[in-house]
Amino acid sequence: MKRDADFDELARYSGEWMRGEGPESDIVISTRIRLARNLADFPFIRRCSDEDRLSIERTVRARMESLTDSHWKSAHYVDLEPLSEIDRQLLVERQLISREIAESDGSRAVAFDATEGYSVMVNEEDHLRIQVMKSGLDIKNTWEQVNRIDDMLEEVILYAFHPRYGYLTACPTNVGTGLRVSVMLHLPALVITEQMDRVFRSMQRINVTVRGLYGEGSQYTGDFYQVSNQVTLGHSEADLLALVGDEVAPRIIEYERKARQALLKNNRDDLHDEVSRAMGILSTARKISSEETMHHLSKIRLGISMGLIEQPDVKVINQLFLQTQSAHLQKLQGRALGTAERHARRASFLQHHLAGKDDATWN
Amino acid sequence: MKCQFCEKPATFHITELTEPVGPQVMHLCEEHAKGFLNKEASPPMTAIASALAKQLGQSGDVLEELDQKECPVCGISFFEFRNSGRLGCPYDYTHFESDLRPLLVNVHDKTEHVGKKPTRSAGTADSLAKMIGLRREMEEAIEREDYERASEIRDEIKAMEDPIAPPSTPSDTQS
Repeated sequence: MKRDADFDELARYSGEWMRGEGPESDIVISTRIRLARNLADFPFIRRCSDEDRLSIERTVRARMESLTDSHWKSAHYVDLEPLSEIDRQLLVERQLISREIAESDGSRAVAFDATEGYSVMVNEEDHLRIQVMKSGLDIKNTWEQVNRIDDMLEEVILYAFHPRYGYLTACPTNVGTGLRVSVMLHLPALVITEQMDRVFRSMQRINVTVRGLYGEGSQYTGDFYQVSNQVTLGHSEADLLALVGDEVAPRIIEYERKARQALLKNNRDDLHDEVSRAMGILSTARKISSEETMHHLSKIRLGISMGLIEQPDVKVINQLFLQTQSAHLQKLQGRALGTAERHARRASFLQHHLAGKDDATWN
Repeated sequence: MKCQFCEKPATFHITELTEPVGPQVMHLCEEHAKGFLNKEASPPMTAIASALAKQLGQSGDVLEELDQKECPVCGISFFEFRNSGRLGCPYDYTHFESDLRPLLVNVHDKTEHVGKKPTRSAGTADSLAKMIGLRREMEEAIEREDYERASEIRDEIKAMEDPIAPPSTPSDTQS
C-alpha cells in the first residue's frame, strides 16, 4: 500500500464510479454498498482511549499491508489526522470518506484504490466501514466486490460477531449484516412534476429510506435522491440487495421515466427553455454558488438524457458536479479561496469547461 | 411537563408517524427538539429516538434504575447510550441484551441475524471481553500514573493478542 496520495492529482480526475456509464445511468448515478465491522478485542469508538484508537489504526494498517492480493498492493492508505482541512474535504466531496470522519478527532485513516472503486474507513463510527461504489445500477458486481474485500479482511482481523445479533456495531441500527446498500438517483422530472412526496410515502412502508442529497433546505436542489435499506438485522444480504436493487430502485426509475415522457409530451417547450436557460447561466455567470451550480447542472443533465441538447457530454457534466465543489476548486486553483473568490473562480471554471476547453488551459 | 431527554420544560410536542408501530408522541425541550428534527434526515437516529422515547414511557423508577446500569467491560451506562445512541463495546449486546431487545424490534422488526457469518470463530466472548476490560484497566493505570501496572497489563494484552497478527514492523512502534 502507498502511504500517501497526491491530492492535486486526485482533484484533476473523477473516480470510475462518476463516469456516467453502466445500467440505467441516465437516471442512476451510482450504486454504493457499505459494510460496518468492528474489531472484537477493542471497545467501540465512543469508549476508545486515544491509545485504543491508535492501536486499532496500526493493527488494521499492518494487517492490510500483510495482504498480498492486488487489491491492496496498489491501494492508497491515508492517515487523516495530519491532513489539512481542504484535503479532508476533498475526500468527502469524492465520497471516499464521510463528513463525520473528516470532522472527528484522533487517529483515523482511509484506504482506497487508485480508481476509487472502494474505500475502507478506519475509526469512523465503527472501526471499519468498507464501501464499494460503481457507476449506474450495478448491485451484483458492487456486492461481489465488497464481499470479497470483507472476506480478505476477515482472514486477518477478528470481527466482533454475536451468533444471535450478527456483526456487532456501535449503533444498534446497523447490527446484523452491517450492510447499507444505497442507490443514488437523479430525479428531476419527479421533482418538476411534484411527485416526490408520493414516492417518499410509498417507500416508507417497505423499509426503505429515501433521502434528498445536496442543498436540502436551501433554495436550490440538485434533484439527487439516495435510496437505501432501513433495516440490517433479520434479513440476509441477498434479501436486502434485492429489496433495493430489484424492487425499489427499478420502480422509482420507472416513475421518473414516465414523468420524463409526460414532460416531453405536454411541456416540451417549457422544459427545453429551462434547460437552455440553465446552460445560459452557467456559460455566462461571473459568480455563482455551488448550490446554484448544482441546480443548473441538474437541468442540463436532464436535457442531455432527454435528447433536448446534444452538447456537452454527460461525462463533462458529472465531472463539473464534482470539480465545482469547494475543496476541488481550491485544489485546482492551487490555493485557499474565500467565499467571494470561490464564486468567481467557479463561474470561470464552468464557462471554460462548457465551452469545451480542458483543465490545462483554465486559469 | 419535562423534556424526555433532560430536566428542561418540554415546549415541543412531536408526533411521529412511524411504521409499523404507529404514531409516537415525543415531548422535548427546544434544544432537544432542534436536535431531533435536524436528525430527521438521518433515519437511523429517528428510529432510535422514537424507540427510546417508547422505553422512556416506562415508569420513572424502572427507567432510573436502567439508566444506572453499567457494562462491566467498557463502563458505559445505559443513560449514556440512551443519550448518544452509541454503544461502548461488543459486550454491551450481551450485558444489556434484554434492554436492547425492544429497541431492536422497533428498529428492525427482528432480533435474529440472518446472513453472512465470519468463517473464523472469534474466540470466546469472555476472552474478548477480558481484553477490552484490560485495555480499560491499562488506561486507568496510566491516568493514575501507575506505569508499572500499565506495563504489566500491556504485556498481558500482548500475550492474548490474536495469534494471526503479523509481527509489527519497526515503523509501527514509532509514534
